[in-house]
Amino acid sequence: MERHLDLLVKAVFMENLALAYFLGMCTFLAVSKNVRTALGVGAAVVVVQTITVPLNNFLYVGLLKQGNTLLPRVSEFDLTFLGLIVYIGVIASMVQILEMVLDRFFPALYEAMGIYLPLLTVNCAILGGSLFMVERGYDFGESVTYGFGTGLGFALAIAALAGMRERMAYSRPPSGLRGAGMAFLVTGLMSLAFMAFTGIVL
Amino acid sequence: MAEPRAHDVLFDPVFERNPILLLMLGICSALAVTTRLETALAMSVSVTAVMVGASVTLSAARRHVPDTIRIFVQISIIATLVIVVDQLLQAFFWEISKQLSIFVSLIVTNCIVMGRTEGFALRHRPGLSALDALGHGLGYSAVLMSVAFVRELFGRGTIFGLEVLRLESDGGWYVPMGLMGRAPVAFLLIAFLIWGIRSWKRDQVEDRAEG
Repeated sequence: MERHLDLLVKAVFMENLALAYFLGMCTFLAVSKNVRTALGVGAAVVVVQTITVPLNNFLYVGLLKQGNTLLPRVSEFDLTFLGLIVYIGVIASMVQILEMVLDRFFPALYEAMGIYLPLLTVNCAILGGSLFMVERGYDFGESVTYGFGTGLGFALAIAALAGMRERMAYSRPPSGLRGAGMAFLVTGLMSLAFMAFTGIVL
Repeated sequence: MAEPRAHDVLFDPVFERNPILLLMLGICSALAVTTRLETALAMSVSVTAVMVGASVTLSAARRHVPDTIRIFVQISIIATLVIVVDQLLQAFFWEISKQLSIFVSLIVTNCIVMGRTEGFALRHRPGLSALDALGHGLGYSAVLMSVAFVRELFGRGTIFGLEVLRLESDGGWYVPMGLMGRAPVAFLLIAFLIWGIRSWKRDQVEDRAEG
């Protein structure tokens, strides 16, 4: 339990995918102009991440790694080089399925984050979560925690940035910095602030 | 549609429509691998190679790809090329490959690559698409290399691993800035690059309403 809590806090704050690893930057900067949409994207990332990271972990351990259990016929081969295609396939199809399920059963939720879901297929934070999971060798339980934590961290970061950008509409930066430049500056300062979490151990 | 000129196709993306600075594409990897020039160069070459490969392949196959599944076809081709690049790096440049960690794999979701195949290669001849991809690769590399140059010079006192500023710990005078190796500096440097290029090319300045 303690291990999971530690992993969760680490994934949300110290190793925030957006602010410490620069993942999902395109989405991060493109849809952070107001808080409402940012929250929609954040929620979508949490959901997709919590599903895809454990699922990819399952496929990695059960199918790709040497000595897998799902397909005994190929268990003597090391198929990890196929990992990338498997993960991106899982992510793309999960996003598609999730979109259809939401559309059918939770129309309100679909309205809120519908248009951002397809975008997440090409969001590096999602793929990055799965890749980090493999690189660090998390087990299934840990990958659930890690997936949820990274999603939450991303949601937190994008909502915070959106909040600041809303306020910045009233500021008067030098014209060259307007828009993108300011977004980068603010993200840099935010990332600096998140660095203060480094070293916290529960 | 008028056929674009080869020269414009190649050089526009470097200054006029830089993929990172103006279009905000492919930023993820740009920031993470720029602590040293060596890794930045490896990343630039990898991205450019994947992009040219993907553009040429998709452009050649553009009349055979049904519109409805084009995204899937693009992702598969890009992912395949990325796996090839990743395996090559692991085989011949193991040290660099370890430092790039997951970022080579992340080229798959790098929006510049997909942006160019979707936006250009599927509608133009292979030759022109290759130039377009190369141009965007150059634009991307230019930003990566300039950020990495500043970060390595001030963070470690070296350029491509060669000593330029003698470190205090080796009896020199320069105290390295530890912050240069950290994440926030990358954001700030990109912000200053954007500021610089927009002060030079005024037409890239955003409208007030954008906020």
